[in-house]
Amino acid sequence: MERDIREDIAWAKINTDVLKSLESPRRLYWVIVFVAMLIFSIGIGCEVYQYNVGLGVANMDNPHVWGLYIATFIFWIGMSHSGTLLSAILLLMGADWRKPIYRFAEAMTTFSLMTAGLFVMVHLGRLWQVYYALPYPNERGVWPNFQSPLLWDAMAIFTYLSSSVLFLFIGMIPDLAICRDHLHPGWRKKLYTLLSLGWEGTDRQWRNFRVAYVTVACFLIPLAVSVHSIVASDFAMSQQPGWHVTSFPPYFVAGALYSGCAAIITLFIILRYVFKFEDYMTLPILKKIARLTFAIAMVWTYLNAVEFASVWYSHDQASKDVLIQKATGPYAPFWWMMNFCGSVVPLVLAFKRFQTSIPVLFAVSLLLNLGMWLERWMIVAPTFSHGYYPWTWDHDQWPSLVQWGMVFGSFGWFTLLFMVFCKVFPSVSMYEVKEMVYHRKMALENKTEGAH
Amino acid sequence: MSVTNLLENWSTFRHFHPVDDKPHEQYKWAMAINLDACTGCNACSVACYAENNIAVVGKDKYAHGQTMHWMRIERYWDEDGREFPDQGAQFLPMMCQQCEAAPCETVCPVGATNHTADGLNSQVYNRCIGSRYCSANCPFKVRYFNWYDYPDQEKVWPEPLPQQLNPDLTVRTKGVMEKCTFCVQRLTAAKSDARNEGRSVRDGDVQTACQQACPAGAISFGNLVDPQSKIAKQWEKQRVELAAHDEQEKDKEGSELRGYRIFEELRAYPSVMYLERVRESAV
Repeated sequence: MERDIREDIAWAKINTDVLKSLESPRRLYWVIVFVAMLIFSIGIGCEVYQYNVGLGVANMDNPHVWGLYIATFIFWIGMSHSGTLLSAILLLMGADWRKPIYRFAEAMTTFSLMTAGLFVMVHLGRLWQVYYALPYPNERGVWPNFQSPLLWDAMAIFTYLSSSVLFLFIGMIPDLAICRDHLHPGWRKKLYTLLSLGWEGTDRQWRNFRVAYVTVACFLIPLAVSVHSIVASDFAMSQQPGWHVTSFPPYFVAGALYSGCAAIITLFIILRYVFKFEDYMTLPILKKIARLTFAIAMVWTYLNAVEFASVWYSHDQASKDVLIQKATGPYAPFWWMMNFCGSVVPLVLAFKRFQTSIPVLFAVSLLLNLGMWLERWMIVAPTFSHGYYPWTWDHDQWPSLVQWGMVFGSFGWFTLLFMVFCKVFPSVSMYEVKEMVYHRKMALENKTEGAH
Repeated sequence: MSVTNLLENWSTFRHFHPVDDKPHEQYKWAMAINLDACTGCNACSVACYAENNIAVVGKDKYAHGQTMHWMRIERYWDEDGREFPDQGAQFLPMMCQQCEAAPCETVCPVGATNHTADGLNSQVYNRCIGSRYCSANCPFKVRYFNWYDYPDQEKVWPEPLPQQLNPDLTVRTKGVMEKCTFCVQRLTAAKSDARNEGRSVRDGDVQTACQQACPAGAISFGNLVDPQSKIAKQWEKQRVELAAHDEQEKDKEGSELRGYRIFEELRAYPSVMYLERVRESAV
């Protein structure tokens, strides 16, 4: 039968293999970092220009006050759900195959939240006054408006970010101790010594560690669900046709898990290749993620259909017009592409042949994320060009290169953070892979056919 | 103000229902626009620009939809097969409707747009951080964002034009939202004068700029709380508050009742009533 991992990998080899990813980078690494920096600097350039001249250069106008910034913000928030799904939900469900891959997925969570945060900033008209949105005590007694979904958003995201950093860190402690013990002296050794919090691997430490880890996991799951529900509230709680949809919170959560899973496939394939992790990131694991992605894709498709159906049968002419406008108006090519990428492309994953085919999965995962990005754009933009008021109907608007540049630049920023993380921290969980290998060995010795 | 204070005094900040309870004691500013009288001449819009220091953005930015017209005249062309210039049009002056249950107010993350005791929907420029959620949630799309720094960087008022700016209110910087205020600077001055004489503002003491400029007298404006004011009589006569319930009765009485508020069904309770057009389109 297929094995998630070979049972005969020596523990020392696991350490060597993973620690090798922390050694002096290959040329390819520097190339990727350089390209990422280049892309990110394009984004920075656009923001500097926009900051100085004004948001008008983004080519938004008066009915179309929200554009790609908000859409991409939702996209990155959605991306962040994969880490929590893999590490927390699958942890509680006892799915062992998450072990070699959850570390990078969690890092992805953290970094995509940090990328999403940037879009909140660049979206603001007066970035220099952003602290007005914080509930800080001040002599004028002015508070933010606690009724505003945007404020809930800020709070939910901040809580989620801090909790997922904590979760990432806790899960890394035993590995940081391994790094501390194996690496040559230098600034990194000092860093690991500090971060591993005196970990020695005693019985008591392991017991406390397990309790802490599961507790944070339990805390993180409702948080992850609430974060994207609250992002959905930005739209669902408004009054606008096309936004005021009851099913938005679950729809957003499904979309988030969906794009997150697709991103995991992409990064899985890249890491497997770059760091030569073939022994750990195995094809049977990839197959399991592909099947999970397929399942979530179908949930998303269903919820999408529910949304269309409920708008169609609502007899709310304004909402209906927005839907018709999406399918036939200026946004139609993107809307159909979203449906194609989100609902048709994942059907490929239903075939066993493609579930382990790396080139196919790589292409599919990128297309899925393209579809999910388009979905966010198609939620935000069409409502502005065909809202309640007829005056808005004859206003066309197309995002300027400044907006596109920042969307593009965000990918550079994300890649940059991710590359730095991979070099400084072990991107495969060593202690849990050992555990997995050990379980497998025990299972074989006991002559039981376990999935472990 | 502490959190405790905020929680204890919440009722003074929020009222239960814009129609059922009575949040307004002395003033409730309201407007009525007679569409039969409106000729679409745009004088109101021009007066508004002059009164409120609105930036004239120029041709390029106008083409990009970045105009700032707080008061805009919308054209609805007749679709009877005739071509311009024979084609008729209906005009609708549109500005902030100063909704009693304003969708823009609840969504602002920093509370920059609020309801005043006079029933106005206020916009605090200094507090605005430019998230533009208010505009996104406005059903009428009457909020205008400062996409550029018009006074300083874009120099929309080169010397000596700053001399003609209205000193009673500010010019706005980039990144803040603005909209019709019902000429709040005039209202404040009128209230202050009246208070000095120990009385309330009388009908006719104060006019909005658009009302003052309208050659056809299509716009009336005043205090709805004062039963003797023209606006209160108009609203009373047209039974706008009851528009939804009175639909059938209105039909029975024919053209007598012409008052309506735009998007009444959204329950935003606008403070502007329009009087339906009866005559044919101008040709």
